[in-house]
Amino acid sequence: MTPVLELRGIDKSFGPVQVLHDVAFTAYAGEVTALVGDNGAGKSTLVKCVGGIYPIDSGDYLFEGKPVHVNSPRDAAELGIEIVYQDLALCDNLDIVQNMFLGRERRNGLVLDEDSMEELAQKTLASLSVKTVKSIRQLVSSLSGGQRQTVAIAKAVLWNSKVVILDEPTAALGVAQTAQVLELVRRLADNGLAVVLISHNMNDVFAVADRIAALYLGRMAAQVKAADVTHSQVVELITSGRSGELGLKNGSGVTQ
Amino acid sequence: MSATLTPDRTAEAPSIASNARDYLERVRGGDMGALPAVFGLLVLCVVFAILRPAFLTSINFANLFTQGAAVTVIAMGLVFVLLLGEIDLSAGFASGVCAAVLAVTLTNIGLPWYVGVLLAIATGVVIGIVLGTLVAKLGIPSFVVTLAAFLAFQGLVLVLVDEGTNISIRDPVIVAIANRNLPPALGWALFAVGVAGYGALQLMRARKRAARGLVADPISLIALRVGTLAVLAGFAVYFLNLERSRNAVVVSLKGVPIVVPIILVLLILWTFVLRRTAFGRHIYAVGGNAEAARRAGIGVDRIKISAFVICSSMAAVGGILAASRATSVDPNTGGANVLLFAVGAAVIGGTSLFGGKGRVLDAVLGGAVVAVIENGMGLMGYPASVKYMVTGCVLLLAAGVDALSRKRAAASGLR
Repeated sequence: MTPVLELRGIDKSFGPVQVLHDVAFTAYAGEVTALVGDNGAGKSTLVKCVGGIYPIDSGDYLFEGKPVHVNSPRDAAELGIEIVYQDLALCDNLDIVQNMFLGRERRNGLVLDEDSMEELAQKTLASLSVKTVKSIRQLVSSLSGGQRQTVAIAKAVLWNSKVVILDEPTAALGVAQTAQVLELVRRLADNGLAVVLISHNMNDVFAVADRIAALYLGRMAAQVKAADVTHSQVVELITSGRSGELGLKNGSGVTQ
Repeated sequence: MSATLTPDRTAEAPSIASNARDYLERVRGGDMGALPAVFGLLVLCVVFAILRPAFLTSINFANLFTQGAAVTVIAMGLVFVLLLGEIDLSAGFASGVCAAVLAVTLTNIGLPWYVGVLLAIATGVVIGIVLGTLVAKLGIPSFVVTLAAFLAFQGLVLVLVDEGTNISIRDPVIVAIANRNLPPALGWALFAVGVAGYGALQLMRARKRAARGLVADPISLIALRVGTLAVLAGFAVYFLNLERSRNAVVVSLKGVPIVVPIILVLLILWTFVLRRTAFGRHIYAVGGNAEAARRAGIGVDRIKISAFVICSSMAAVGGILAASRATSVDPNTGGANVLLFAVGAAVIGGTSLFGGKGRVLDAVLGGAVVAVIENGMGLMGYPASVKYMVTGCVLLLAAGVDALSRKRAAASGLR
């Protein structure tokens, strides 16, 4: 199976500081790939390279098996890559439909086509089995943290995207809401999307992820199937870059 | 988190009761909207009507419109800037500059009225582009940019009117705007078209939504809205069509003042722009969360500049109305209290100083409150000093309500 998204040998430096060393990363359709790593391991930088916010210094960027150049967020969006950042980027003073279509409103000539937007938003939420909002004409300011996360995710899915990257979607949520969002993450993958989940929380990772990619000091320590590793092995990969046979050999950056 | 939503259309058909419940919930949650303005307007009118019966005469009612028109129109433009969380302190003197341009074109140069109006509005557009560019591109706080413009425009007006002369305006068209009335029959015709058009629009929308299976407003609610509009507007037209002249044989004075349809057209135009176009949606988005708007691919700078352009050009229209009412332009046109009254009108009407919340209708309601205060206190014989202080207090009160309701909304936000 060709991965939807494949990166090979990515290097990225900011001035004299090299943040990513020869990183390889793959994400498959229908799977949740967890991207883990300690603070400063390069998770955010990697995601921003994928999203076209930072240009990569060298390496190959393949989308559906074909090499592509992603130089701006717009390029990424055109390929079908959507990133849901931690701060969600929702407008509190707009309702759910308005937020989902923000910047890409449908119109009839000059006038906004509210009805078709509302219909499509409703359909998208229904396809994600979202049942927790009272009305999709509700202002986002009246939503709970989990509901906001849901809206942000639904917004990313609305555009027939193929890859959805979620940056710590459960970091600020309570137990029940975390469970809801994780369920939604699983459903995205089951609907055929490639989902990349950035998380610090091992419970979340093992609850939904099919694969786990662990970054250690800017190098990809290992990318493995979640079923093949244990909780403590992943923690070792995150903290020391290696775990038994897995991981970096003498810091050489060669991945398993 | 309550029950279920999704495509559960059959469960609750909306009714007047459910709509009223939702509204009450919103008000309790801190979204007061225009409630304080409407309530304040009612209280003020009752108080003045009791204390000074002259307040309720048809001639005074007509005066209210011409008195409040300029401030209301400037406030309409300010709503756009306030929606972004910015401020335009120069709108008052911008209206003065544009009025002076109009006066110079008409009286000193002798060009026809439409050239004067076009030049005045073009001046407003240029002012808006300059202010907006300084705010959006250079990133100077709008408070500082427009404060500087406030001073500079004061000087510009002086230059235009030759260091303080008073330029009178005799052009019959311009003078008519604030000093003439529509024929009574035309007033009724406008009333009929307006009410019927509003009703038809509402019905069409409800039918279209119902056809798609979306939640639509019930017929009873639409009837209530259209009925309320018909009663209020009908009463106003009837009252304005009464003979107002003390000596009707010599000169008859009746009909809806011409400024009223002008304000209504501007109100409808800008409401349409804010509510029904992508541009309007983006203004709210930038005011609510500029970063989110930027990431959604909205040109934040472009939106900011256009808001300032709209504000300054509406100030130009306000200046034209003021010039028409005074039939002259002098260094004080658009000065003194005009700007503060306009900001006050927008805020009293329910537009938030923090951005993201407000409607053009707010400017009209708030403008009415400001006009009633000025007019009523004038009738009571209070000096200007008291009027200033009372208006200042009302503005403070409105801003206080705004800040409090924001706090309340934040507290009840995570329901």
